[in-house]
Amino acid sequence: MSDETASEVDRAGEPLALSATPADSTDPRSNPLRGSRWREQLRPALLSVPLLSIVTGLIFPIALAVPARLLFPEQSRGSLIVRDGEVVGSRLIGQSSKRPGDFHPRPSAAGSGYDALASGGTNLGPANPKLRDGASDDPATPTVDESFAGVRQLAREFRLENGLSSTFPVPIDAVTRSGSGLDPHISVANATLQIARVARERKLSQERVRQLVRKHTLGPQLGFLGSARVSVLELNLELDLDALADSSPSPASP
Amino acid sequence: MRWFEYIVFLATVVLLARPTSLYLMRVFRGQKTFLDPVCRPVEAQLYRWLGVDPEREMPAAEYFLCFLAFSMLGTAFLFLILIFQHWLPGGPDASYLTTPMTADLAANTAVSFSTTTTWQAYAGESTLKYCTQVFGLAVQNFLAGAAGLAIGLAFIRGFAREGSATLGNFWVDLVRSLLWVLIPLSWVGGLFLVWQGVPLNLTAYIQAHTREGSVQTIAQGPVAVLELIKNLGTNGGGFFNANGAHPYENPTPLTNFVEMLAIAVIPASFPVLFGRMVGRPRAGWLLLAIMVILFVAGLVVCDRAENAEPRRLADLAVVGGNMEGKETRFGVGGSVLAGVVTSNGATGSYNSMHGSYHPIGVLVLLVNMLLGELVFGGLGTGLYSLLMIALVAVFLGGLMVGRSPEYVGKTMGPAEAKLVAFYALITPLVVLPLAGWAVASTAGRAGLVTNDGVRGFTEIVFAYASCMANNGQNMAGLNANSAFYNITTILAMLAGRFVLAALALELAGRFARQGRKAVTTGTLPSDTITFGILVLGTVLLIGALSFLPVLALGPIAEYLKTAAGV
Repeated sequence: MSDETASEVDRAGEPLALSATPADSTDPRSNPLRGSRWREQLRPALLSVPLLSIVTGLIFPIALAVPARLLFPEQSRGSLIVRDGEVVGSRLIGQSSKRPGDFHPRPSAAGSGYDALASGGTNLGPANPKLRDGASDDPATPTVDESFAGVRQLAREFRLENGLSSTFPVPIDAVTRSGSGLDPHISVANATLQIARVARERKLSQERVRQLVRKHTLGPQLGFLGSARVSVLELNLELDLDALADSSPSPASP
Repeated sequence: MRWFEYIVFLATVVLLARPTSLYLMRVFRGQKTFLDPVCRPVEAQLYRWLGVDPEREMPAAEYFLCFLAFSMLGTAFLFLILIFQHWLPGGPDASYLTTPMTADLAANTAVSFSTTTTWQAYAGESTLKYCTQVFGLAVQNFLAGAAGLAIGLAFIRGFAREGSATLGNFWVDLVRSLLWVLIPLSWVGGLFLVWQGVPLNLTAYIQAHTREGSVQTIAQGPVAVLELIKNLGTNGGGFFNANGAHPYENPTPLTNFVEMLAIAVIPASFPVLFGRMVGRPRAGWLLLAIMVILFVAGLVVCDRAENAEPRRLADLAVVGGNMEGKETRFGVGGSVLAGVVTSNGATGSYNSMHGSYHPIGVLVLLVNMLLGELVFGGLGTGLYSLLMIALVAVFLGGLMVGRSPEYVGKTMGPAEAKLVAFYALITPLVVLPLAGWAVASTAGRAGLVTNDGVRGFTEIVFAYASCMANNGQNMAGLNANSAFYNITTILAMLAGRFVLAALALELAGRFARQGRKAVTTGTLPSDTITFGILVLGTVLLIGALSFLPVLALGPIAEYLKTAAGV
């Protein structure tokens, strides 16, 4: 079989040859719908979809899943972060954190914020007034919360909580929502502006916090792909560990 | 840094064009490849079960009808899976699947995936079971992609052959596309993606106990099964609602780069394959050069629009490019690259929300789709998108020099010219009336739940342009899950897939029967810069004549309004 098929399809033979298939034995102008020809195609037409579905929908996934799960067990399970036997999140999925002692992620349009069941962005056009000025809750619909923080409000809040003057330039990622609503990262500029607040709230030196930010900063991949960024959840978790390490010796000390 | 990423991407695509075309040629000629020990026995067994005689070739009409029957049966099969998905075993828990699978949504999704459009009027994580995603959607990603590759091959054979009644055997091309191209690449690429963090599991949605004491439910699934083939097959339907923006679908800048390569490399190798198979390699490289020029033009304009600080935020002292709807890890660069690649490459796997793009950014994406995705384009189908327009240029050139128009030695008679002209008219004939209908009807305007005015108009045009181009990306501010949009977009998807393929194959069949004219001094050469400029001019002329009014009412009007501060 294989030898026969090997010479088939394009009988041109040599790669650059101009000649092609000698005319079929059938009349070139024959009607393709003529009974016997059409009946010949009935079986492949009917069987191809189920048969190839098994190849691509059953055999392929298994052939991929077996090595993938063996080689990369953690990633294939969703890159989950486990603390004390409990899943606290995923390395790849952003999480809301509003406490002043934490680094804050970007605003999120996924559900009511970082809802990993409802990924998505705002889809607001740049000229839509809602994007800039926000929207307030409509009292006529008590079950739905229409309130929406616009860029103006988000920028004001960002400056306020980080002790910046009212004209201090705010990095745009801090006041815009990502496409997925699950962005696990913030820009380095955004993280840097939050260092003073986090250090103050956690009673750590700014140098220590800066060190941790640097540890959780990823540069452009391979040196040129994408943007430099800071993983917010991992950074906050590390800060928590830092706090534990600081507090645990204290009961023992006199 | 952005520019370096763009340059490396484009260089990789162009450098891979030649080796890819050589490999494809070997595969579809049935010559020896390194995968033969695995693939040959499977291939032979499949032909036996299917009852296919690989020796028997098909004329254009029969080839097309097999393609049509295969696609229709695939649609029906997927439709049944979708409708009866609640009977399927496995996760996720039914309580998470809050979007009802109505008949119109199922029909829309079935047509959408079997035409490689993969327009999605639903959110994957709240609508579909894992079984449906794998056995329904991933399967159609493979099958429809392979069918497109087959059609593209048959189209090239029309130009390559002389005095031939046939264009190849659809089933053979289909099986070889799957076994030698799509499945192996998806396997290697899939493993790579899992390594980078794309999940592959069948577990229940994870309940994470967050640091703030609440519960974050994280959707899971066999994402990696779908992820590479959705790009390779130029389908683009995401596992999750946010598609390529979702960190589970596209966790790192490197996965983004690889997924973009998966979209562009094979379609970019097609013009080179064409040149080689018809024995005019320079003509093939010229077509690729035209693609690259149009690609770069779109990329530069879109990059400038998105990297500029948003005008409306100027007084708020916010610094940086337009990051609304974009992911930090990709930045503006990785997002714009994906936007331009996907809108050219007939793939809906956007990684940023195009609904929040600057009007000129939207304009670039919309124009890419309205021109028929002739830059790289759909898997297999992208080549004829460009060639059919190139033939209009041939016709115009023939009129100018006063000779009967011919291209790579094939003569364009009245019948061929009519086919080409009809092809060029189909997109405006489908997109414009449908968009007009949507704008004029209450049901159509009801979809505008996020933006209104010119932006809303653009969203509607974008939807039909995307479906017609079998692209599938959307400006998601438009709520398209309604009977009106589910049914009208089906019309555009079917026209974009089957009417265009029918015309292209009919033309290929006619050319295959012809002999080849020798090159004389009177021939308009098809491999010179002059000819390239003629083709580029024709592309822009046809595009402008068909779509300038609609673009002026949409993104251009919005741009002018923003610039004027209205």
